[in-house]
Amino acid sequence: MAPSTRSEDGPLTAGGDQAAPRPGRAGHQSAPSRQGPQNHPNRADGIGKRSLTGRLWRRLPKGIRTPVGLIAAVVALAWIAMCLFGAQVAPHDPLAQELPRFTPPGSTAWLGTDELGRDVLSRILSGARVTIGLALALVVMSMVVGSLLGLVAGYFGRWVDETVMRFTDLVMAFPTVILAMVTAAALGASLFNAVLAALVVSWPQYARVVRSMVLSLRTSEFVASGRLLGFSPARSIRLDILPNVSGPTLVLASLDIGTAALLLSGLSFLGLGAKPPTPEWGSMVSSAVQHFDKWWLGVFPGLAILTVVISFNFLGDALRDAFDPEAGEA
Amino acid sequence: MSPDSELTDPGPALGPGGEAGPVRRGPAHAVLWRYIGKRLLIAVGLLWGMTLVTFALTNLVPGDPVAAALGQRAADDPAIVERFRQQYGLDQSLAGQYWDYLVRLVHLDLGTSWQTHNPVARDLAKAIPATMEIAFGAIIMAALIGISFGAWSAYRKGKMADQILRLVSLAGISLPTFWVAIVFFYAFYYRLGWAPGSGRLSPGMPAPPKITGMYTVDALLTGQWSVFMDASAHLVLPTAVLTLYTIGLLTRFSRTSFLEVLDKGYIEAAKAKGLPGRTIFFKYVLRAGAIPILTVIGLAFGSLLSGTVLVESIFGWPGLGSYAYQAASRLDLLAVMGVGLFVGLVYLCINLVVDLAYGFIDPRVRVG
Repeated sequence: MAPSTRSEDGPLTAGGDQAAPRPGRAGHQSAPSRQGPQNHPNRADGIGKRSLTGRLWRRLPKGIRTPVGLIAAVVALAWIAMCLFGAQVAPHDPLAQELPRFTPPGSTAWLGTDELGRDVLSRILSGARVTIGLALALVVMSMVVGSLLGLVAGYFGRWVDETVMRFTDLVMAFPTVILAMVTAAALGASLFNAVLAALVVSWPQYARVVRSMVLSLRTSEFVASGRLLGFSPARSIRLDILPNVSGPTLVLASLDIGTAALLLSGLSFLGLGAKPPTPEWGSMVSSAVQHFDKWWLGVFPGLAILTVVISFNFLGDALRDAFDPEAGEA
Repeated sequence: MSPDSELTDPGPALGPGGEAGPVRRGPAHAVLWRYIGKRLLIAVGLLWGMTLVTFALTNLVPGDPVAAALGQRAADDPAIVERFRQQYGLDQSLAGQYWDYLVRLVHLDLGTSWQTHNPVARDLAKAIPATMEIAFGAIIMAALIGISFGAWSAYRKGKMADQILRLVSLAGISLPTFWVAIVFFYAFYYRLGWAPGSGRLSPGMPAPPKITGMYTVDALLTGQWSVFMDASAHLVLPTAVLTLYTIGLLTRFSRTSFLEVLDKGYIEAAKAKGLPGRTIFFKYVLRAGAIPILTVIGLAFGSLLSGTVLVESIFGWPGLGSYAYQAASRLDLLAVMGVGLFVGLVYLCINLVVDLAYGFIDPRVRVG
């Protein structure tokens, strides 16, 4: 639920290169006590002048240059590497039933074996691709769908806006897990359908944030002058709106990766995602419920989910702070 | 749902669409009732939309509810399928089925569940108190702990305590609840034996006479001390699991909220005046910071209810979550709609109550 409340914050940063500095910027200098003095030189040397990546590069290390931040970055990078090479690094075939069943963690299998004699460590490593890969895919999909709808709603206003926003309200009024669960159950249990079901509940926050940014951009002078020059809506959106909306939206997306991984593994845990042989972490935890005394079956895949979610959430937080130090570093 | 704008602007706030206009100066209660009426209308519209969405989802998709309800063997027998479809009105057109459902809904009849063969309303009446028992406990615990953590973190901004609390709250929102539930059950029941096993009561313990349906409350009301102790012991683990996530959420939001207040000039003034720190916190910081926190508590309660889906099955807790899960996995259309409508209704009511509560906490917020 965190993202839905977060989306009320509206635009995460000020306009951008074309826009004149907003009056709000000056206002922040009157409240220096919260920022601490060390932030000021940084801000003074010109937020508006640098490119997006340049700004990011200069600011990103601040949130990450703590011991915990470094650990989070290393863990996240390690898991991304496992996404790509996990199957190659794994000591065993994740599907091969070749070891003694229910071996406790030890020298035979570092994290033990499951009820079919499969190596838990290998399944976790190869499962990284499934869980993280799908979470990333889900975030990209909901960002694209939500932003498109938000763009259209904010730019065209009137009945388009009304329709899109009422639909957004409707989806957000639904209890998230229940709506995703019903959708997944209705579509039939498969990984692809689980992603679709999660998409149904995760696009609205992007639509809301993007719409509110577009609404404030629309009244700005550079957008109006573009219209006076005879820009078509498509051109106006591509040249004037999109570049100003993309940064904050990407930050929102980075904060959403953890939530997406939790939702997808939750659906798989309920038996509405990955089918049994697939090494998916949520379904591994789920099958551990039947073998309660074999603690290693459930503990390790769950730890994998936890480390992924916590490291991505931490990096997302750092990224948001880098973009918008005023957002309260919560 | 957007307290931020209402906070900063004491003028004509609280209109759902944010319509600014001349402030009406009618009798206060008339304006208030008109506002409540408007919000209720919107709520009814949203609930209607929810029935439409669930109905569409469960009907326009490849899954076959009849096969899901009867099992494949029975579904192969055309006679059984025919009788089933007749019994539940599935032989009518989709529009006809939907209309029937709406008509019955207006009469507060939620229909009959395909899997339990009971009226959905009766099933819900049994499941809701079980879930509320955990959810109330969890939200109260989480609010107390989360707000304290948030305040502690905000007062010690940048210090060691703040760093640790920020990590703890981040961990809280990053925990897969279903996994925590299993780990807790394994550790505290199976290994340590500190907590009782699954279910709401130990085997052999009689359920207290039904008053509210919440066993602890009923046992207290009828003075059955041993039943109360047993029911409470069973509550501890599921409540703790649901509390963890909510603590993380509330700590993060109250920290932000308190930081904002602590930065205000009047806090500085209160300090300069020499007011004791406790007075400053309870009279100024807590009151001013409460509004955004209240919103998040409302939202958190809603997500708590839907989070029970992942937790209740592990603890064998016969509540809303277990019911919703069984209904969804068998495409039990009416039961799913019943749960969805109930949770949606709770959600909308909480939002309304929270919005109205703003007026009491912060008199500057006016309904207009």
